[in-house]
Amino acid sequence: MATVQDIEIRDSAARSAQAADELQDMHGEKMVLNMGPSHPATHGVLRIVLELDGEIITKADPDVGYLHRGDEKIAENMTYTQFIPYTDRLDYLAPLANNVAYALAVEKLLGIHDKLPPRCQYIRVMCAELARISAHLLGLGAFAMDMGAVTVFLLSFTEREKIYNLSEAISGARLTTSYTRIGGVMRDLPPGWVAQCQKFCDEFIPALNEFETLLTRNRIWVDRVRDLAVISKEDAIDYGLSGPNLRGSGVEWDLRKKQPYLCYKDLDFDIPTGSVGDCYDRYLVRMEEMRQSTRILEQCIKKIPGGAENKTNEPVNVADGKITLPSKQKVLSSMEELIHQFMLVTEGVNCPPGEIYFGHENPKGELGFYIHSKGGGTPYRMKIRSPSFVNLSIVPKIFVGTLISDTVAILGSLDFVMGECDR
Amino acid sequence: MSALESAQKIKVKFGDLISEPAEFRGEITVKLTDAEQINTVCEFAKMELGFNYLVDISSLDNYGEDPRWTVVYHLRAIDNVVEIRLETNVSEEKSELPSVLPIWRTANWHEREIYDMMGIRFSGHPDLRRILMWEGYPYFPLRKDFPLAGKPSELPGVAFTKISPMEGGPFVTVAGGKDAISREPRIRNPEE
Repeated sequence: MATVQDIEIRDSAARSAQAADELQDMHGEKMVLNMGPSHPATHGVLRIVLELDGEIITKADPDVGYLHRGDEKIAENMTYTQFIPYTDRLDYLAPLANNVAYALAVEKLLGIHDKLPPRCQYIRVMCAELARISAHLLGLGAFAMDMGAVTVFLLSFTEREKIYNLSEAISGARLTTSYTRIGGVMRDLPPGWVAQCQKFCDEFIPALNEFETLLTRNRIWVDRVRDLAVISKEDAIDYGLSGPNLRGSGVEWDLRKKQPYLCYKDLDFDIPTGSVGDCYDRYLVRMEEMRQSTRILEQCIKKIPGGAENKTNEPVNVADGKITLPSKQKVLSSMEELIHQFMLVTEGVNCPPGEIYFGHENPKGELGFYIHSKGGGTPYRMKIRSPSFVNLSIVPKIFVGTLISDTVAILGSLDFVMGECDR
Repeated sequence: MSALESAQKIKVKFGDLISEPAEFRGEITVKLTDAEQINTVCEFAKMELGFNYLVDISSLDNYGEDPRWTVVYHLRAIDNVVEIRLETNVSEEKSELPSVLPIWRTANWHEREIYDMMGIRFSGHPDLRRILMWEGYPYFPLRKDFPLAGKPSELPGVAFTKISPMEGGPFVTVAGGKDAISREPRIRNPEE
């Protein structure tokens, strides 16, 4: 059996050099740690290469693109209407909001985005706000679960389930809703939906209060997220952050207020902003946004033209046969409607040449569509400005100097989704 | 200050370098003729006109035209809620223009994405690597001469799917009087 024997160096100078070497090893050696792409706290397939000095992060390099499907390339090769199902798969936690954003972008190109029927506008606002609550609930649940508070995740999913039921009732699908159409929505609200939505609002606020009792003043939670990853106002603007991450840093910017679209002008709601810009502020902003969204929903329920069951037969689509599909009855009985239907299905909505950018206040931030059209039924180029992609670009800056156990908290507070980031 | 006034101010400052502001659907677009000056114009827009927020950078492939590339900047002034669009053309031989990263740090990932997808380089960018595709991927997929079906590459260990058979009906077709196979854009070679 071999034995190990330490050899003592007799020379004192050599001994001190050896000691210095050991010290060097203790201080200087950095470890590179690979986090992801399949890591429960990275909300999908984000990979981050961390350089560590002990437990402190000295460098972080996010590696995105594992979910890249080439949505922009696909969009160039199909009609505007055919792309709607692809928008479901951008931010798959809020597909209804993506549908609304995309439809509005194409309608802006057509020049009809401010001429939509009022009932359609209210339906779309309700969809977008339900999607916001749903996305924030998941963001909150996953954030809390990563920090060890599993109860919040289970409770928030109980509420999300109700939103899924609502979206299933209007579109037939829980996740891949594809509810909007260019110039309107797929169909009017089904009977009883508005009452169901009111019931959700009534039940949601007590549930939200319960989440708050679990987290907002919880000592462990506050200790872990307060003063962590502070993003200053200037940095937030410089890095192009949007949504709750921008507002958490104290910038009062919300596209629903600043560039009002749909019927947001007629609705009363507040924009919550943070004061410090840490993870706790971002959490608080999301909590308050859910309350404001419920407020918007309740106003919509009261004000929706035609009422809950649309007794007065308010239209939900633009009355232009060249943009929205005619009714089946008319297609079968009238020549002109038959031609319109044929042209819309084969060639798509004929858009004028030109370029537009439309930014929509999505749950994660500003979801923008830049459409460059040369006329006809397909875009020449469509760029999707995804909020998660831009929000993630600040990771190399805010990770430096934090502890490795804080990474999950910071990622949770940024609340991104990779389907949208990678497109 | 409205978007049009901001555009006029840029026009006054840079003269012939800037085209007349064009308006479409309430959005103001100005074109910069010399892409090398993009830094100076952006710096002026940020410092003097308050465009402190860069919303997005996109790129266009004007395939078959010269200059081939257009790079599109969406600028926003957060404080007075004004947006303008700034465009500049880059020729195919050059395929390079200065980075605006020193002006807005959010440009970092946007420029990396444009390099990745279109192959336009940004001089002065400290870390111009691919971002969505993997390191070492040989093509630029958003170019118009890149087919929708993709191209095989020599890289080992990368999974590629074959073009789907036409029998089950194509997923995407281009409208026109031809048969189903030639209407399938994934089979079509853009060079033809």
